[in-house]
Amino acid sequence: MRFELTTDQRDFAASLESLLSAADTVAAARAWAAGDHDPGLKLWQRLAEQGVTELATEATPVEVVVAFEALGRHAVPGPWVESAAYLPVALGREVEGIGTVGAPRALDADVADELYAVVDGALHTATAGAAHVSVDRARHLFDVTVGDPVEHGDLAAAYDLAALATAAQLLGAGERVLADAVTYVKQRRQFGREIGSYQAIKHKLADVRIALDFARPLVFGAALVPTGSITERERAVSAAKVACADAAYLASRTGLQVHGAIGYTQEFDLSVWITKIRALVTAWGTPAEHRARILDSLVGA
Amino acid sequence: MDLDLSPSELAFQAEARAWLAENVPAEPLPSLDTPEGFELHRQWEAKLSAARWPVVSWPEEYHGRGASLVEWIIFEEEYYRAGAPLRVGQNGIFLLSPILFEHGTKEQQDRFLPSMATGEKVWAQCWSEPEAGSDLASLKSTARRDDERGGWVLNGQKIWCSRAALAHWGFGLFRSDPEAQKHAGLTYFLFPLDAEGVTVRPIAQLDGEAGFAEVFFDDVFVPDADVLGAPGDGWRVAMSTAGNERGLSLRSPGRFTAAADRLLALYADRPDPRVADRVVDAWIGAEAYRLYTWGTVSRLKDGGDIGAAGSVNKVWWSELDVALHETALDLLGADAELESTWLDGYTFSLSGPIYAGTNEIQRNIVAERILGLPREPKGAQK
Repeated sequence: MRFELTTDQRDFAASLESLLSAADTVAAARAWAAGDHDPGLKLWQRLAEQGVTELATEATPVEVVVAFEALGRHAVPGPWVESAAYLPVALGREVEGIGTVGAPRALDADVADELYAVVDGALHTATAGAAHVSVDRARHLFDVTVGDPVEHGDLAAAYDLAALATAAQLLGAGERVLADAVTYVKQRRQFGREIGSYQAIKHKLADVRIALDFARPLVFGAALVPTGSITERERAVSAAKVACADAAYLASRTGLQVHGAIGYTQEFDLSVWITKIRALVTAWGTPAEHRARILDSLVGA
Repeated sequence: MDLDLSPSELAFQAEARAWLAENVPAEPLPSLDTPEGFELHRQWEAKLSAARWPVVSWPEEYHGRGASLVEWIIFEEEYYRAGAPLRVGQNGIFLLSPILFEHGTKEQQDRFLPSMATGEKVWAQCWSEPEAGSDLASLKSTARRDDERGGWVLNGQKIWCSRAALAHWGFGLFRSDPEAQKHAGLTYFLFPLDAEGVTVRPIAQLDGEAGFAEVFFDDVFVPDADVLGAPGDGWRVAMSTAGNERGLSLRSPGRFTAAADRLLALYADRPDPRVADRVVDAWIGAEAYRLYTWGTVSRLKDGGDIGAAGSVNKVWWSELDVALHETALDLLGADAELESTWLDGYTFSLSGPIYAGTNEIQRNIVAERILGLPREPKGAQK
């Protein structure tokens, strides 16, 4: 029993962190939102070179989680969950280039080399239809027209890895918002002192710290459920998704509150995470769906 | 990264599970804060100690098994899963013993630990004073040096002393140097509650039981042999207790995972879709706590310490405990107000956010020591 990352896993996290800290990921996200995919695709390529696209087939869910937490922390744009978590498991192979899947709408179908849709528990090819605007401007969502069925692997396992990767992304995004909020309240002064010295603000931020601290072990615990324990895996993934959605959402609301009006503007970077968190809360299973799945598995309700 | 137990840990788990299945009383014991329940709980402690289960992490010479931290958590999980009685000796075992092991003399360890393990002597925690709650260092009860008799003379008053109504010994801090600064000049004393000059006044709690008491000290003599740690060093000695109380040792995850399982059984019995999400959230909260604890254990095994994370922990389990029990009462509907183990558990859970440093104090600690936020300016205090 050692419920801590191994040295290799820590090193992997550190290398992703240094790559993403050095890249201007917010600029890439903003460009992506405006329809300029170039900086985002360059970033995609560099992350692929670090092995992020092959983790789902070549590594363990723990490494997948480590990577997606980093993607969330840096607000990296693109259909990462679809291409690097769902499809590799669904297809039983790494995606060449970028893939996406209608679940129910397809994220970033306009940049995808491969596009699929899930219909009645089977995987099909698909083509992109009308585009929709997401609360997260860096998420371009498309309707899909279903094509021919394709051979596929375990779609339930693919869904769970996608939901878990989304949970990890939320965790990273929540951590980022908390870190930025803490930095801000230490600088911002009102009524003659740093606002971070007011107990009302301290307690709000402490609650975010506590919520994230208890969401994290659920994510890694779900990544460690042995293959074969399907009910246990579904339950663990759903718990992780619910807890990360709640914690990250709390972080985003609190982050906005302590920033005040500047946090409400699109020009301030906090908006990139606030809107992403709101989108990810309902992506790959809403909190209500995941809670229902947990209850069903525990009491057969 | 893994959550797998070793073969020896699995064997330990199997042994504990089998013994508990065989020995846990079929019916819940009466409250340990009633005279009858107190005696029955002490008998249970004696039974535990005869089978060497009362303090698995202690050395064998003091009725322990020298168990690892992982094994201790395993035992606690099994203990609560089996529905075993609350530990009447918990103040001594969980709060005082870590300090005795760290700061006590060998003579003190030999004198106090065995009877603590067997339930023969039950300890009361005498921390707070009427004017010193969470601001513990502002306490005023005094210890005056008595060189002639080789000891100290205690005067003053302690309040909210857990288990003091029925316990045998108490532990607490007294101001031994009135000239010293707030945190300095405090000394940690151990004292029998039937000593001359000690008056114990039981105080009924919300549930009607005298779970705590007020204790008055009127020229109570305590020999040097019953000072824990060095005179004047009481604050530092006591803070290791506070860390334990907020951190791992008092509220092992087994307590909450077992309660979550009982909540699910209650839901299965009386399903109410309006309460379903809260049932799920209580289960998620307990599961998060269980996994979080394995992370803490892993860090401790690697040589880390709990530190301020004990405050994160305390807020979580105390609020989880209330939520679990509130949810159960809502499922019970109109029956919720009738006496039941759920209602007992609910009443007890209400004390969690208050004791061991209120959750407001814990949130300040999280904000200041973990997030690094500035302290309130001096002028804002008082």
